[in-house]
Amino acid sequence: MSARNIGIVYRKELLEAVRDRRTLISTILVPILLFPILTVGIGFVIAGLIIQADREPARIMILGGNDSPDIVSELVKSKNLIVVSKPANYVELISNKKIRAAVEIPPGLESGAGTNYPPVKIYMYSGDLKSTTAAKRIQEFFSDYRDSLARDRLTAQKLPASLLKPFDIKQQNVVSEEKVAGETVGGIISYLVIIMCLTGAMYPAMDLTAGEKERATMETILSSPISRTHLVFGKFLVVLTASLVTAALSVTSMGVSSWVFQHFQQQSSGPALHIKIGLGAVLSVFLMALPLAVMFSAGLFTIALFAKSYKEAQSYISPLMIVVVVPAIAAMLPGVELTPQLSLVPILNVSLLCKDLITGTYHWNAIALIFLSTCVYGGAAIFIAVRMFHRESVLFRS
Amino acid sequence: MIEARSLSKRFRDKKRGQICAVENVSFTCEPGSIYGLLGANGAGKTTTLRMLATILEPTDGTALVFGHDIVTHPEKVRSSVGFLSTATALYPRLTAQEMVEYFGRLNGLDEATLKKRIDDIFDRLDMNFFRDRRCDKLSTGMKQKTSIARTLVHDPPVMIFDEPTLGLDIMAARTIVAFIRECRQAGKTVILSTHVMSEVDKLCDVIGIIHNGSLLAEGTPRQLREKYEEKDLEEIFVKIVTAHVTAHVAPHTAAHVTAEVS
Repeated sequence: MSARNIGIVYRKELLEAVRDRRTLISTILVPILLFPILTVGIGFVIAGLIIQADREPARIMILGGNDSPDIVSELVKSKNLIVVSKPANYVELISNKKIRAAVEIPPGLESGAGTNYPPVKIYMYSGDLKSTTAAKRIQEFFSDYRDSLARDRLTAQKLPASLLKPFDIKQQNVVSEEKVAGETVGGIISYLVIIMCLTGAMYPAMDLTAGEKERATMETILSSPISRTHLVFGKFLVVLTASLVTAALSVTSMGVSSWVFQHFQQQSSGPALHIKIGLGAVLSVFLMALPLAVMFSAGLFTIALFAKSYKEAQSYISPLMIVVVVPAIAAMLPGVELTPQLSLVPILNVSLLCKDLITGTYHWNAIALIFLSTCVYGGAAIFIAVRMFHRESVLFRS
Repeated sequence: MIEARSLSKRFRDKKRGQICAVENVSFTCEPGSIYGLLGANGAGKTTTLRMLATILEPTDGTALVFGHDIVTHPEKVRSSVGFLSTATALYPRLTAQEMVEYFGRLNGLDEATLKKRIDDIFDRLDMNFFRDRRCDKLSTGMKQKTSIARTLVHDPPVMIFDEPTLGLDIMAARTIVAFIRECRQAGKTVILSTHVMSEVDKLCDVIGIIHNGSLLAEGTPRQLREKYEEKDLEEIFVKIVTAHVTAHVAPHTAAHVTAEVS
């Protein structure tokens, strides 16, 4: 194995990749811009919509309540609620978003004649943010009314108000912020690293194989004295570099974007979600992703090598995205946890393990098993790539 | 020197089954002379030259190129060969100088030698004014010169040209023809494939006529003219191929081939 020859090919291919606008866009620009747009951009838009929905008074309708004038009057006076007085078809009005919710007050609610009232019904448009907010406000109003009614009745019976609430329930987090962050965003980060390792490798893998055939430079390089094995390694390392650079830039960009988003959120509306992830955890995720990136790079390289043109390579490689996305997403599903059997399933194993690593949990046996098995898969993929590059039927497919 | 010994190449095609592209071809090219492999499209010229350049591996037989066996020592063979064809394009995102440097390094040249070689070649081929221009911005003539520089950078003793003037305009083709002559003058072993008769007449010291993968005739232009009692090389070529086709396939096919080559 000649490191010199591999280095010559690597430098040349890297130089060409850096000069290629399409590679720069897919490897550098997309990962840098994607997350600020997704987190800061979309995050601000969503936060803005929530704040607006929270501040805006909701138009609601009262159904019934003729014998509960005080309740109706309190509702009308209620902040952030505008009661539409004109009776109409509330279902249609809610569906057309003319009003956000309607509340049906059962007869005799205010007089408190019985103990088994029919429920207070709130009609709403599920999934609509403003309707949900309006329904929540009505719910809060009637919860408060119910509590005050109960308190009054207890007082009338000369019973303490604490009878209603004999004890408090309080939840307290006992794990570190890193573990909380791992559970919250660990799956997303693992998914991101895996997907970006794949997408970063895609374009260079196609360019260095099918692209070379298309540009008729394959025969030029094959006529040089370099061995085909060295040529594969030089090219493969460029694909791997692109894969890792894309993944690293994605995570960095996501980290910076999240920090900026949290910072602004804290400044604008008080307490925000704290996501604290240690650098060590992120580095261990990268370490685990390394053999996976090797597997992706060599796999994509081999598949693209079969194609005669860049376009043909794209049609081979695009379906591969699904093959990778499914196990990567499966790891994010609740209840899917690392087992000895799953430790051998490529992609899914790394994805599940990375989730644990971000929470700061290190199961060393699983780490060793997954790292070694992924190294074996990666090694096998490189071996196949080298074999394919020696086959005339693949290189000169017509 | 190139010494082809019973070279054969068979491909497997899904529709057509096994295809014999080159069958038992043997010939010798001497240093300081140009060997012209003459044949129609699909005759087996490119496959033969690709085998000599070790881009393809022979199914049977072998060849010695500058004393190295193409089957057992393909990397040594490639170090001794400069291979130029219309299918050997340039890397579009490299400059002319980077392109030549890359191949110099792959051929094991150290940086000092490489710089000297590149300066010499660029001066000789008048390439200095576009040495830092990207290959995708070069004119056809400039590309040809860069390709020539790429094949010459390691000063190979053997030059292989596969239809080097195919698709080129007159000026670019003249550059190539002049370069091939220079190679002969420099004492290099030169093998050239073409189906352009005028090129063969102008350049070749020895001609091998190849058809359907077989070498049908071989000799100097003078020997061939005497043997086939024809002055025109094209007529000689048609005569040889037609005789072969008549002997091996149905007469109506022979007539068709005659029409095709003429």
